[in-house]
Amino acid sequence: MKSSGGAPGYTLNHPRWYRTPVSTYWWLGQWTYLKFVLRELTSIFVAFFVVTTLLQLRALYHGPQAYADFQKWLKNPAVIALNAVSFCFVVYHTVTWFALAPRAMAVRVRGKRVPEPLIIAANYAAWLAVSGIVAWFLLGG
Amino acid sequence: MAGKESGLRMEPFLWTLFSAGGVLAAFLIPVHLFLWGLAFPLGWLKAPGYESATALLAHPIVRIYLLLLCSLPLFHWAHRFRYTLYDGLQIKHLNEVINFCCYGGALLGTAVAGYLLWRIP
Amino acid sequence: MDQTITLEVARYSPERDAAPRFDTFQVPLRREWVVLDALNYIKDKTDGSLTFRWSCRMGICGSCGMMVNGEPKLTCATFLSDYAPAPLRVEPLRYFPVVRDLVIEMTDFMTKLQKVKPWIIRKEEKPLSEGEYLQTPQQLDSYKQYSMCINCMLCYAACPVYGLDPLFSGPAAIALAQRYNLDSRDQGAKERFSILSQHEGIWGCTFVGECTRVCPKHVDPAGAIQQYKLTAAKEWFKSLLMPWSGK
Repeated sequence: MKSSGGAPGYTLNHPRWYRTPVSTYWWLGQWTYLKFVLRELTSIFVAFFVVTTLLQLRALYHGPQAYADFQKWLKNPAVIALNAVSFCFVVYHTVTWFALAPRAMAVRVRGKRVPEPLIIAANYAAWLAVSGIVAWFLLGG
Repeated sequence: MAGKESGLRMEPFLWTLFSAGGVLAAFLIPVHLFLWGLAFPLGWLKAPGYESATALLAHPIVRIYLLLLCSLPLFHWAHRFRYTLYDGLQIKHLNEVINFCCYGGALLGTAVAGYLLWRIP
Repeated sequence: MDQTITLEVARYSPERDAAPRFDTFQVPLRREWVVLDALNYIKDKTDGSLTFRWSCRMGICGSCGMMVNGEPKLTCATFLSDYAPAPLRVEPLRYFPVVRDLVIEMTDFMTKLQKVKPWIIRKEEKPLSEGEYLQTPQQLDSYKQYSMCINCMLCYAACPVYGLDPLFSGPAAIALAQRYNLDSRDQGAKERFSILSQHEGIWGCTFVGECTRVCPKHVDPAGAIQQYKLTAAKEWFKSLLMPWSGK
C-alpha cells in the first residue's frame, strides 16, 4: 500500500475515512435523546413495583403480623419518597406508551385510517376505567 | 455461536412479551402504585387489612391477575433494560451475560410470584 | 450595508488532517438563502476546495443532507434567516465515515437498501397479454407514505442505534421493505422477513422515533418499523402454532 507524503494510511486512490467515535454520553447530546433514555429507564421503576408487590405477597404468605410489618415498612419516608419517584416514572411510561402504541398498528375502519388522537383518547379512557375498577376492588367495594 | 440463529428467532417472541408487559404496566401499575405506595401509607385512603386482602386472594381470578401483573411487566423490564445497556453503556459485547441476567431475572420473578400465589392460604 | 452570518464548517482532508477541524466563513445573509447557497458562495468566492454533495436544490434528490447545528437537515431546505444572527455550524452527516469535508461514505446505506430486495417479488409473473396489475386507491394508500423516501439518509444520522450497532438495517431500509411488503402486487414478504430477521435487522430498533422527526418527506420510518415488528411477531406465532402452513 503506497503512502504519499502527509498523514499515514493515506493512499492516492483510497482516502482514509474518518470515523467519528460515538460518545458513551451520546444520550446527553440532545433533549430528544434524553427524553428517550428517561422513557427507557421507566422500566427500572416498573420492575421495582413488581419487586415490592412480590414482597407484599410474601408478607401475606407469612401471615397477619408480616403483613402489618410490611404496611409499616411502606410508611417509611424513604420508601414513600422512592414510591413517589416511581409513580412519576410509571406515569411517564403510560403517557409515552399511549403516544407511541398507535403508531405500531395501522388501524383501519372501512378502509380509512383511524386518526391517531382518537386511538390515544380511547386508551386514556380505558386507563381511567380500568384504574377505577381496580381502585373499587381495593377500597372494599 | 450456538445462540445466534435461534436467539434471533426468539426476538419476535421476546418483543411480544415486552409489548404485553408494557400494556399491562401502562394500564395497571399507576393505580396500584398510587394506592399501595402513596394513598394507603399516607393515610389518604384506608388500606385493606389482612382479612380483606386474604378475602380478595380467595378468588383464583385475582391470583391469576396478580401473576400476570408481576410476570409480564418483568419481561417488559428485561427486554427494555437489555437494550438500554446495549445502547446506553455500549456493552453489547457482554450480551450473553446481559441476556442471562435480564431474562433470567424475569423468569425468577415469575417463579417467585407463581410459588407465592399458589401457596398463600 | 449587507448583513452577514458566520458559518463554522467542518473540514477534513485525509491527506493532511488526522481528524476533522472547523473553518469559519462570513457569508451574506440574504433573506431567501439556504445553507446550500451559503456553501456554494464559500466555494465560489472564498475557498474552492470546500467539498460537499448537492444536486436538485429543491428537496427531492436527497443529496445535500448534513448536520446543521447538530440536527440532520437538507441544506437546500434550511434557511439562514432561521438561525441568524447566531453562527451556524455545518458538519457532515452523523454516524457515517467522513471521506472529505462534508462528504460521507454511504456504501453501508446502499448495501442495506439492496439487502431488503426493494422490488416487486412475484411467485409467477403475469404474462403481458393479461395486462397490468390493477390496484385500487385504497391499496395504494396502504404503502404510499413509505414510497416517498428520497434516500437522503437524515434518518440514519438521527438514529443512535445505527450509530452504535453496525448490523442494524436502519430506518430507510426497513421502511422500504415495508413499502414492498404492503404493496398488493408484491408476494415477497416472507423472503424479506427472513433477510431482515437474520442480522439483527430490525430488532435493534428501540423506537427512539428520531428518524420520523427528521424525515423531510414525512415517511414515518419509525411507524413502519414498529408495524413490521408486529407483523414479524404474528408470523412467529403462526409458524409456531401452524407449522404446516408453509407458503
